[in-house]
Amino acid sequence: MASAVTPPAGGPRGTDGAPVRSDRSPWNWLLLVPIVVPLLVPLFNRVEPTLFGWPFFYWVQLLFVALGVLTTVVVYRATRRSPAEQAAARAAVARDTTPRDTAARDTTARGTTPRDTDRDGGR
Amino acid sequence: MDGVNVVELSIVIFFFVVVTVLGFVASRWRRAESLMHLDEWGLGGRNFGTWVTWFLLGGDLYTAYTFVAVPALMFGAGAAGFFAVPYTVVIYPLVFLVVIRLWSVSHVRGYVTPADFVRARFDSPGLALLVALTGIVATMPYIALQLVGIEAILKAMGVEGELPLIVAFVILALYTYNSGLRAPALIAFVKDTLIYLTIIVAVIVIPVKLGGWDAIFGAAEEKFSAGTGAGVILPATGQLGYATLALGSALALFLYPHSLTGVLAASNRDVLKRNMSALPVYSLALGFIALLGFMAIAAGVTPIGEDGNTIVPVLFQEMFPSWFAGVAFAAIGIGALVPAAIMSIAAANLFTRNIYKEFLKRDATPRQEAQVAKIVSLVVKFGAVAAILFIDPQFSIDLQLIGGVIILQTLPAVALGLYTRWLHRGGLIAGWFAGMASGLLMLYNIPRLGPDGTVVREHFGGSSFALSKLGLDSASSVYTGLLALLANLLVAVLVTVVLRAMKVSDGVDATAPADYTAEREDPTFRELPDPLESAPPGATGGETARR
Repeated sequence: MASAVTPPAGGPRGTDGAPVRSDRSPWNWLLLVPIVVPLLVPLFNRVEPTLFGWPFFYWVQLLFVALGVLTTVVVYRATRRSPAEQAAARAAVARDTTPRDTAARDTTARGTTPRDTDRDGGR
Repeated sequence: MDGVNVVELSIVIFFFVVVTVLGFVASRWRRAESLMHLDEWGLGGRNFGTWVTWFLLGGDLYTAYTFVAVPALMFGAGAAGFFAVPYTVVIYPLVFLVVIRLWSVSHVRGYVTPADFVRARFDSPGLALLVALTGIVATMPYIALQLVGIEAILKAMGVEGELPLIVAFVILALYTYNSGLRAPALIAFVKDTLIYLTIIVAVIVIPVKLGGWDAIFGAAEEKFSAGTGAGVILPATGQLGYATLALGSALALFLYPHSLTGVLAASNRDVLKRNMSALPVYSLALGFIALLGFMAIAAGVTPIGEDGNTIVPVLFQEMFPSWFAGVAFAAIGIGALVPAAIMSIAAANLFTRNIYKEFLKRDATPRQEAQVAKIVSLVVKFGAVAAILFIDPQFSIDLQLIGGVIILQTLPAVALGLYTRWLHRGGLIAGWFAGMASGLLMLYNIPRLGPDGTVVREHFGGSSFALSKLGLDSASSVYTGLLALLANLLVAVLVTVVLRAMKVSDGVDATAPADYTAEREDPTFRELPDPLESAPPGATGGETARR
């Protein structure tokens, strides 16, 4: 990849570029499971065994939803960054949002979205 | 149906007024200094957290048309209609790693649309134009189809005429113009609360009334045992088509500009990763919604006129008291407004950044960009209304079918481009033409068969292409989009090899490897690219990040 362009230099916060990271991880291979399994139609294209009157075809595919959730949660947890880096990320969001919010705080509009407290990435 | 159902209509109007107020208030929600900036109007300030992103993407991807058309498909075609579930299961692990790369590079370089990225990555305004045009053409009929969802509930309530539809869309157009992406984000809260409420009640109440799930599946079994092909499980020849349709639709979904608009508005990478685990809740809901089609069979529902899309509203009317049917109709109606708003914003962003700014007015200021985008969003919406009112709605349904196939042709440039630059820009352009031509040719040659096996329409009758037409000895069919994508990739690779052998320049990559993993706290991250006149970036490269 011939790139004649250097990464953009940082502004007021120094001239160092972005840290080089990798999003590769052996855990990522786990994501293949919920991609491949729901596409193997011959394995589940049948009526028996039924569950609560549901043919196998239907309830097992709803179960695949859980499979997808499970694997993405596992991969997310396993490839999470260190607590220090996460704290830095939260601080970055807070830094970016605070000035604007205080400048134009609107209690009415904010009151309609009480659930939005974790937008800074906090859990 | 005798006249208008006043109770239902009053409740629908009540919720419509509520979301209209929310739509206008949204411009003051987490307000920036100025909305007259594409990042603010078109991406909501790029600061949405886990919850808002969940509602926004959920409202965006699972549209009213889905809620109406998937049960209608189950009603008519049986098990094949359930493809919507594997489709929406497969998608999240599939894009888990991809969308966060796009988020990062877009934030470092200030991209608003996928075409911005393609332009910079492959140093090719022409390729970017193709990506932008594909996005706009694929999105327009999708917006029009949201109106089909509203039409279905209006028909069920006995409302005559086209005026209500026009009024609904004019109001939608006005608050989108006013508040940008913040409006659908806020309205999505209402929409999804109503949708989940409706589904939970429907799944508990309707089976009880119909004598249990056994009776529901039994009625479906009985209906389909008479016909050909369809059934409660797939016929042997339908399995390949089912799997390829699920996979192809999943690959296409996140290439649609409106999905990427929702993605780019997220505040950081973790928000997106968490959403890849949280969004499947909607898929679960979609599974239950699909089964409403079988419930309609068991309840002996007959669609209004010839319109199969009315079976869900009619089912609700028969099963629920009027006031709750009104709530359910409001859910579908508002469910149409959210994606319609986001889609029109996404199409407007594409036009502004990759056509207006690129070819019409290179020195446009951020303010002019936002102004153009706002006006285009109006034009797009009125175009959608006109398409439904003046052209046969079937035309929009055909176009949407084509839309899924053509948006897939941007996959090599947008999705593969996030990982490698090996494919040459010339190869990508050639591949795009090959994919488009082969896709459209195949769709043109697909007839629609009636229940008795006769040809109802000669062309554009569906998206599953019979393998026997390719000379293969098989009764199975495959999703056209995947075949076209295969042709696209093949040509792209061949032309790339030739161009590389001829040592044709592949331009300058305006992104750096570290861009793709950038986090919010990095010095390269920028929240509000300013000024945007450096963009679409790439030509100049090396512009400094603000902040």
